[in-house]
Amino acid sequence: MARKQADHPDDSLVVDFGPDQPLRLDSGLDFAPLRIAYTTAGRLNADRSNAILVCHALTGDQHVTNVHPVTGRAGWWDVMVGPGRPIDTERFFVICPNVIGSCMGSSGPASTNPTTGRPYGLDFPVVTIADMVRAQAMLLDGLGIATLFAVIGGSMGGMLVQQWAAAYPSRVFSALCIASASRHSAQNIAFHEVGRQAIMADPDWHGGQYIEAGTRPTKGLAVARMAAHITYLSEGALQRKFGRNLQDRAARTFTFDADFQIESYLRHQGLSFVDRFDANSYLYVTRAMDYFDLASDHGGSLATAFRGTATRFCIASFTSDWLFPTSDSRQIVHALNAAGARVSFVEIDTDKGHDAFLLDIPELFDIVRGFIGAASRARGIA
Amino acid sequence: MAAQRVGDPSDAAPAGARLDLLKIRDMVTPQARVLDVGCGDGELLTLLASTRGVDGRGIELSQLGVNTAVSRGLAVIQGDADSDLANYPADSFDYVILSQTLQATRNPRLVLEDMLRIGRRVIVSFPNFGHWRIRRQILLRGRMPVTENLPYEWYDTPNIHFCSIRDFVELARKLDAVIERAEALKLNGQPVQVKAPWWFWNLFGEQAVFLLRRR
Repeated sequence: MARKQADHPDDSLVVDFGPDQPLRLDSGLDFAPLRIAYTTAGRLNADRSNAILVCHALTGDQHVTNVHPVTGRAGWWDVMVGPGRPIDTERFFVICPNVIGSCMGSSGPASTNPTTGRPYGLDFPVVTIADMVRAQAMLLDGLGIATLFAVIGGSMGGMLVQQWAAAYPSRVFSALCIASASRHSAQNIAFHEVGRQAIMADPDWHGGQYIEAGTRPTKGLAVARMAAHITYLSEGALQRKFGRNLQDRAARTFTFDADFQIESYLRHQGLSFVDRFDANSYLYVTRAMDYFDLASDHGGSLATAFRGTATRFCIASFTSDWLFPTSDSRQIVHALNAAGARVSFVEIDTDKGHDAFLLDIPELFDIVRGFIGAASRARGIA
Repeated sequence: MAAQRVGDPSDAAPAGARLDLLKIRDMVTPQARVLDVGCGDGELLTLLASTRGVDGRGIELSQLGVNTAVSRGLAVIQGDADSDLANYPADSFDYVILSQTLQATRNPRLVLEDMLRIGRRVIVSFPNFGHWRIRRQILLRGRMPVTENLPYEWYDTPNIHFCSIRDFVELARKLDAVIERAEALKLNGQPVQVKAPWWFWNLFGEQAVFLLRRR
């Protein structure tokens, strides 16, 4: 599925940049040709001032509000984006691109390399969050959108939001960054490394050339997802939902079957993930997150990254998020304060962990609605 | 210092505005950069933005307060005066305001020190624990005072460090701060006589508003 979507994304728009418009990567390479897959919702107004860029998380994609072509499920932020929702598509023009390196239609390791006619595999260059943002800027240039009313995202999407605000301050009127960090912690890198090693240890990975070998490292990818999924939840929520309850049985089986409900749940999460995601893309996109360190890109000072900014910022975190804890968000807030930026911050009380940014959390909706409403009045969008 | 022109429409008091907030408003110069510590739902910042054109920021402990303030278009951070002020660079604001919050801080002296570092001017308003009605309650009833403006019982109050006007003046002296202006409001909201001595303010001022700066 992922392989098919990589070259022929369903229910998406695509823009292609030829060899004459290469993407300059942080690694020093010029990448071309480049394809970006995206979706839009709502209408661009006459003065092109109501565009909102929504940035997806690690394994998210462009299907923010439309039905996902592979899973058949609602868009990943359907609760947040849509008519009358906090990000109201009756008022705003929402653009959601698939990041480069991913596998839902933007150029990535599962895409066919036009010069060889074969999938890139590990020949795809290593990309960074800044590269992803530069590619998105090329997309917006192509769409004729000079300034964004807002850039919004959670988790990795929040990293893209910060990178946008730092790299293109004059193009970003407001920025909303949820459950994110200005740099990936050692613990986060460690979890990603476990996932990557699980993929590379799968005999079906074939040194990254599994598409040509006619195999897929589904076991490794599923394990990677299972480990990551634990970090998206909270201990409290796991205990509340599963505890030590047994799955469809009255007693332990004294085997390695999924006796516990939590085991069965994680196996399901792992297995359903491999249907929609490419293993190599998981390597590339986790790498991009690990490399992200906005302060180090600005002489070690995060405040310098935002110096002189006129962007209105809103930062939100969740009390039970241990992947991107509130202290990470506070670091961004302190830097923005030091830079004299206009910043709001709220820590939302929930036991739903990191994944809370994708869920129906009324306090989150209130803050998003309030922030966007006030910013649109300031921007003069009726 | 804010030169208040009589009849200036921008100084018109919004209906129902708290008198202590109007006193604070009168101390803030137009277009200033203001940090309101413990800003609640942003009432003072909104007043200052609409009548003084200030560039305001806020810190507020309660999520409900932050949500309301953010939807009013204010830039407000959910946080705690005791722990968050340390992260603000020196001289980053023209005014740092602490309105009816000093008595709820764990370390009022440190909070005031940080405010004097962050802002070129500091405005503090607080309920005066030296007011005669409070003294009378302790003296006659032998119980912790509960008044209209301090409606909490001693065991469930957010206020942990009460002070009187004289106590505050003494703290300002210890911190080497200059009192540029001081106002005390009587129970009916009317100002205490400007020429009155400190002991008189301390007895009859129900609330106090101080404008300080570093020496």
